[in-house]
Amino acid sequence: MAIPLAYNLRNLVVRKTTTIMTALGIALTVAVLLAILALLNGLRVTLASSGDPLHILVLRKGSDSEIVSQFARAQFQDLKFKTGIAQGRDGQPLASLEIVGVINLGGGANEEGTNVTVRGLEPAGIEMRSAVHIVSGRWFDQGKREVVVGRQIAARYPETALGKKIRFGRGDWDVVGVMDAGSGAQGSEVWGDLNQVASDLQRLEALSSALVQAPDAVTAKALINDINNDQRLSMNALSEKEYFEAQTISAAPIEYIGIFVSIIMAIGSSFAAMNTMYAAVARRSREIGTLRVLGFSRFSILWSFFIESVLLSALGGVLGCLLVLPLNGITTGIGTANFSETTFNFHVSPQIMLGGIAFAVVLGSLGGLFPARNASRKEILTALREI
Amino acid sequence: MSETVIETISLTKEFLRDQFHVIALNEVSLEIHKGEFVALMGPSGSGKSTLLHLIAAMDKPTSGEIRVLGHNLRELNDREIAHWRNEHVGFIFQQFNLIPVLTALENVELPLKLTNLKKPERIEHATTALKLVGLGDRLHHLPRQLSGGQEQRVAIARAIVTDPALILADEPTGNLDAASGQEVLVLLAQLNRDFGKTVVLVTHDPHAAQFASKVHYLEKGELV
Repeated sequence: MAIPLAYNLRNLVVRKTTTIMTALGIALTVAVLLAILALLNGLRVTLASSGDPLHILVLRKGSDSEIVSQFARAQFQDLKFKTGIAQGRDGQPLASLEIVGVINLGGGANEEGTNVTVRGLEPAGIEMRSAVHIVSGRWFDQGKREVVVGRQIAARYPETALGKKIRFGRGDWDVVGVMDAGSGAQGSEVWGDLNQVASDLQRLEALSSALVQAPDAVTAKALINDINNDQRLSMNALSEKEYFEAQTISAAPIEYIGIFVSIIMAIGSSFAAMNTMYAAVARRSREIGTLRVLGFSRFSILWSFFIESVLLSALGGVLGCLLVLPLNGITTGIGTANFSETTFNFHVSPQIMLGGIAFAVVLGSLGGLFPARNASRKEILTALREI
Repeated sequence: MSETVIETISLTKEFLRDQFHVIALNEVSLEIHKGEFVALMGPSGSGKSTLLHLIAAMDKPTSGEIRVLGHNLRELNDREIAHWRNEHVGFIFQQFNLIPVLTALENVELPLKLTNLKKPERIEHATTALKLVGLGDRLHHLPRQLSGGQEQRVAIARAIVTDPALILADEPTGNLDAASGQEVLVLLAQLNRDFGKTVVLVTHDPHAAQFASKVHYLEKGELV
């Protein structure tokens, strides 16, 4: 049987200052990693919930985002009447020709303003996006310089509040409504009438994309194949869900840098844990000798000190979770492939916290292994004579 | 003649200290029988503690034979020695060597962790041992909450809790005042007399040696 766990726990309590300092070092490392993961998680949740699997986004062949795609009205007419597109309430195909541009909004945290996506779309585009609804004001009227802004935009930029005017294109636009898209990316967009937006952006014939809806998943798949194989259209179709999931690539640099910084910090924390455990082994040398005399094996000694290091680091992991928890729900923004900002919330999920604790335990294990081995290798008489 | 518990034949222990070759024990041949209370006496550096450490298998001899309780200690590996020590030997240190973060009861329970006893049985055995040494009212005290004499009595309880045949004590009164030292010696004598334990006591105190039924003197690593 192993040396009782109480032995390790009480030793951690007895040298509480060292324990807390080491655990805090580990906690900071875990907090940095968790902050990055919470940010990525929040972005993924936003982008993943932005797409509907029955929606098919059609872009120019070779384009990987709406902003660089060009779509002519004539192509849309060919697309709109393809077999397999669901019908709207008015009996017309659920297909929306859309234009996507970027406008600069001031008044946020960034002094130079922030780019946000402005989308011009047809009524069918609104009907298709059933998850998006007005929370205050009303939808824009066709043919007018009116826009509806996403709730996240309205919250972050006071100049986009209901009743205010924002300037882009060739004049001022009235903010007539605020829309809620749940955790979807549409909450970070500004929507207006397709023709009015296209006219103001001077792109009446050079639109961006089309969104069509299929009645079911099987038809959606067939429709995607049909569009992609249509040589005349020369368009690239993919499910809207896949499109948004692919957009998480914009967070890749943050992910790499975050993980790199975490690894550097992890090495430091691991050495801190190792240092603490080496000191513990040196200080308790006589106890190690005594335990061996009582009959505990070298492995029992190794295991005991290893577990102590793991407990210490697990404490650091829990502290790290507590440090990062206040970030949960905080709204932030990130540039996307559309050269504009998508806002989302930090999402500190239980899985992320468990991952953080596991990460801390790995740190503690690596840091504790050598001191534990050192403890187990001590000869009894040498251990008893050390002070 | 009663059963031989400890037998050493030409036992020698040499080591290097600061590049000097030191002979700590030189060709020591000795027999200790079951139920004896033996004192090993001698000045500092005479090799008495080295002999005790060899008997407890805490160290390995350079040459010679050593048999304790029927086992040739040189033939046992690390794990077997640990198991053998836990089962057959109770060791008492000069500096008590209690685990400071564990209570008296937990300290005494420690060696029982290596047995097959269940928790309630372990607690019962440890409590009995502590009562035997007169510390039934100090079960949940930490070592720092006890006097030196009480700490040594906890150490004795820890040494006897597995009911070993052999009790080895290395200067057990060295860190105690006269009264506490007397209590410890009385206790060891009682364990020898009433429970038939074989006791080997290392001391350089003639008064302590008086409690033994047999005294061996060592000088410069040799029996005299």
